[in-house]
Amino acid sequence: MPIIEENGKPVWRRRDRKAAIYHWIGTLAIGLLVLYCSRLISAQTTWEFVWTAGVQAQDLVTRMMPPKFGYAAELWRPLIDTIHIATLGTILGIMIASPLAFLTARNTTPSRHFVRPIALFVLVTSRSVNSIIWALLLVVILGPGMLAGILAIALRSVGFIGKLLYESIEEIDKRAVEAVTATGASGPQILTYAVIPQIAPTFAGISIYRWDINIREATVLGLVGAGGIGMELQSSIDTLAWSQVSVLFLLILSTVVLSEWVSARARKAVT
Amino acid sequence: MLEIQALSKRYGSFAALDDVTLSIGEGELVALIGPSGAGKSTLIRCVNRLVEPTGGNVVLKGTNLTTLSRSALRFERRRIGMIFQDYALVNRLTVMENVLSGRLGYVGFLRSLVRRFPQADVDEAFRLLARVGLEGLHDRRADALSGGQRQRVGIARALLQSPQLLLVDEPTASLDPRTARQIMRLVSELCRERGLAAIINIHDVPLARSFTDRIIGLAAGKIVFNGAPDALNDEVLTTIYGDEDWSQTTQSDAAEEEEVAA
Amino acid sequence: MSATNTQSTPVRTWRRPPLIADARLRWTLYIGAAIYLVIALSSVEINIVRLFEGAARAKILFAGVLSPDFVTRWSDIRVGFLESLTMTVVATAFGILLSIVLGLGAARNLASRPVYVVCRSILAVSRAFHELIIAILFVAMFGFGPFAGVMTLIVSTVGFLGKLLAEEIETIEWNAVEAVTSTGASWLQRVTYAVVPQVLPRFLGLSLYRLDINFRESAVIGIVGAGGIGATLTTAFDRYEFDAVAAILLMIIAMVLLAEYIASNIRKRVL
Ligand SMILES: Nc1ncnc2c1ncn2[C@@H]1O[C@H](COP(=O)(O)OP(=O)(O)O)[C@@H](O)[C@H]1O
Ligand SMILES: [Mg+2]
Repeated sequence: MPIIEENGKPVWRRRDRKAAIYHWIGTLAIGLLVLYCSRLISAQTTWEFVWTAGVQAQDLVTRMMPPKFGYAAELWRPLIDTIHIATLGTILGIMIASPLAFLTARNTTPSRHFVRPIALFVLVTSRSVNSIIWALLLVVILGPGMLAGILAIALRSVGFIGKLLYESIEEIDKRAVEAVTATGASGPQILTYAVIPQIAPTFAGISIYRWDINIREATVLGLVGAGGIGMELQSSIDTLAWSQVSVLFLLILSTVVLSEWVSARARKAVT
Repeated sequence: MLEIQALSKRYGSFAALDDVTLSIGEGELVALIGPSGAGKSTLIRCVNRLVEPTGGNVVLKGTNLTTLSRSALRFERRRIGMIFQDYALVNRLTVMENVLSGRLGYVGFLRSLVRRFPQADVDEAFRLLARVGLEGLHDRRADALSGGQRQRVGIARALLQSPQLLLVDEPTASLDPRTARQIMRLVSELCRERGLAAIINIHDVPLARSFTDRIIGLAAGKIVFNGAPDALNDEVLTTIYGDEDWSQTTQSDAAEEEEVAA
Repeated sequence: MSATNTQSTPVRTWRRPPLIADARLRWTLYIGAAIYLVIALSSVEINIVRLFEGAARAKILFAGVLSPDFVTRWSDIRVGFLESLTMTVVATAFGILLSIVLGLGAARNLASRPVYVVCRSILAVSRAFHELIIAILFVAMFGFGPFAGVMTLIVSTVGFLGKLLAEEIETIEWNAVEAVTSTGASWLQRVTYAVVPQVLPRFLGLSLYRLDINFRESAVIGIVGAGGIGATLTTAFDRYEFDAVAAILLMIIAMVLLAEYIASNIRKRVL
C-alpha cells in the first residue's frame, strides 16, 4: 500500500516503507559487493602494465602488420578440419541429447523421481563444463587431434541442446497430446504424432544455432591441442609470429561471420 | 482554438491525408468518422506530431506546431492530451504510475525517475481516479484491469496533463457496446466540465451522433462532410463509407439510450 | 450401391508429403549429406596405439573423478575459486552498465541513425571473437592476471547482453511509448516510463544468466593466463593431478547448479 500518512495527509509513494527499505538495502549491498570485488581485482593488478596497455597494443598491431597473407595457403586443411569438428560434434551431440531430452521433460519422462533427476544431472554437468575444458580432459585421454575436439564439442552440446529441447517439450500444446491419446494411441505413437511434430521446428532451430556456436568454439579448441585452426594459432603465438596471427584472426573472423550468416538463413528457413 | 490548414501526409506516393483544412472552436467536441484507412489516426497524430506531416500547418491557440523544434514541441505537447484505442498503458506499471506519467512534461527527469511527483499532482491524480470511477485501484498493475477500466486510466492520464485539447483515437473500438457508451459519456462529460475541445475518432456513427457537437467525415484522406450531427443522412454516409443500407444507423438513438440506462 | 462405388473409384494411396517437395533437390541434399559425412569422418585420424595408452590415463582420470581430492591443493583451489567469483561479479556489473548504454543506442526504434550504426558495430565487434582470443590479446596488453580476465568478460558480456537488450527493445509495444511521448515527456523519461518497465524482467533474467556464463567462462580464460580458477585448473592438468582436476570441476558444476537455482527463484519473484 504505497499510500503513507504524512502530517495527517495521505501521500502516494512508489513503495511502502518496508519495501523501500529492502530496496535500498539490496541496492547498497550489491553496490558494496561490486566495490569490494573491484578492490580485490585492483590489488591483483600491476597497474603500470595497464597504463602502458596502449603502447603494448600499438606494438602488437605493428608486429601484426602487414599480415603474412601467403600463410593463408597453409590454412585450408586446418580450416576444413575446424568445420568438420563443429559439424560432427554437433551431430553427435544431437544424437545423445535427443533421447536425454525426452527422459528429462516432465511430460515424457518414464520416471519423474528416478530417471529425470539423473538425466537432469547429466545435462547440467555437460553444460557446466566448457568445451575447452572438455577438450583438455579428452586430449589427455585420446591424445591431441580432431577426435578429442569432436567429442569435446559433442559433450558440451548435449547440455545445451538437451536443455532447450526438454523445455520446449514441456511447453507443447497439451490438447494435441490429449486428442491423440483419446484415439487410443500407444506411447510411441503419441510421441510421433503429437509431440515430435510440435517440437520439430524448435529442434531444428536449436541444432542450427548450436552448430553456429560450435564453429566459434572449434576455432579455439586447438589452443589446447584438440585439432583445427586453433593449433596453428597456438604455434604462431608460441613462435611470436604475429604477422601469421593476424592472418589467422582474419580467417577466423570471416569463418565466424559466414557461419552466423548461414545459420541465420537456415534458421529462418526451418522456423 | 485549433486551426488545421492544408494539412497533408504522404507515404511515398500514397497520400494518407490530402489538403485537410478544418478549425475547432473553444470547448467544441468534434467526431471524426470514416472507414478504416481513411486517415483518421494519421490526422490526429499529425496534430501532436507523433506523425510528421509532409505539408500544411497546425496552429493551436496561435502557436504553429508544425514548425516547432523538438524541445519546444515537447513543451506544447503538454497542452494536448491523447487517448488511444488500445489504451496504450505501460502494463507493468501501477495505475497510479500510469496516471502520473501524464505529468512527465512538467516534472524533471530525476524526480520522475524516483517517482517523487509534487504533492499537488498526486492530489489531482487521486481526484481524477475517483472521477473516472477507479477509486482505490491506484496500486493495481495496469494489466490486472478490465478493458473499460484501462481506458479510464488512459483518460485520467490524459486529463492530468491539464490539456487544452484532447485527441481521442477510437476510444471504444476494443470495448463492448455498453462499456463503449459509458466511456464516450465520460469523455464528453469531462470535456464539458473543463471546457475542453476534443477531436474524437470513432467508428460508431450512433455514438458519434449522440455525444458530439459536430461531425467531420473523412474518406481517402479528404474531408467529405463537415456539419451538425443531424445533417448526417443516408446520402452523406454513402459518400463517406460507400453504398449500404443505412436505415438502422440513422434512426434516433433514443431507444438505444434507454435500453443501456435500464 | 456401395459395392459398385468401390469398384468404380480407383485405389487412392496416401503418403506423408516429404519435407522438401522437389524430389531432385531432396535427393541431392540426402546424397550430399551422406558424402559429406563420409569425407568428414574419414578425415578424423584415429591412432589406435595412442588410444590404448589413453585407456590407462582414462582409468586414472575416472579414478580421480570418483575420489576427488579437495585437500592437497585446497589453498590453490580456494584462491582460484574466489578470484573467479570476484572476476565474475565485477565483469558482470560493469558489463551490465555498458550493455544498457549500448543496447539503448543499438535499438533501431529509439536511437538516431548514426548512433545506431556506431553501437551496432561496437556490439558486432565485441561478439566476433571467442573469449579465449580476446583474453590472449588482453593478456598481451595488460599483463597476466585477473584484470585481463575481467576486461575479457566485460567485452563478451557487452556483446551478449547489449545485442539481446537491443532486440528486446525493438519488439516492445510501441503504443505505450507514443502515449508517454504525447504527454510531453523527454527522451529519458520515455525510456524510464515506457521502455524500462517492458524490458526489465527479461533483461534481469538475461543478466542473471550472464552471471552464470561469466563464472563458467572465468574457468576457461585462465588457461591463457587471465586469472581465476582456470589458472588453477591448468596447473593441475600440467601436473597430472587428476583428482584435483576432478575436485575443481565438481565445484564448478555445484556452483552452476546453485546459480541456476538462485536465478530461477529470483525470476519467479520478479515476473
Ligand atoms: N507508416 C505508414 N506507412 C505507410 N502507410 C501508412 C503508414 N501509416 C498509415 N499508413 C496508411 O495511411 C492510411 C491512413 O491510415 P490511418 O490514419 O491509420 O487510417 P484510419 O485511422 O482512418 O483507419 C492507410 O491507408 C494506411 O495504410
Ligand atoms: Mg486508426
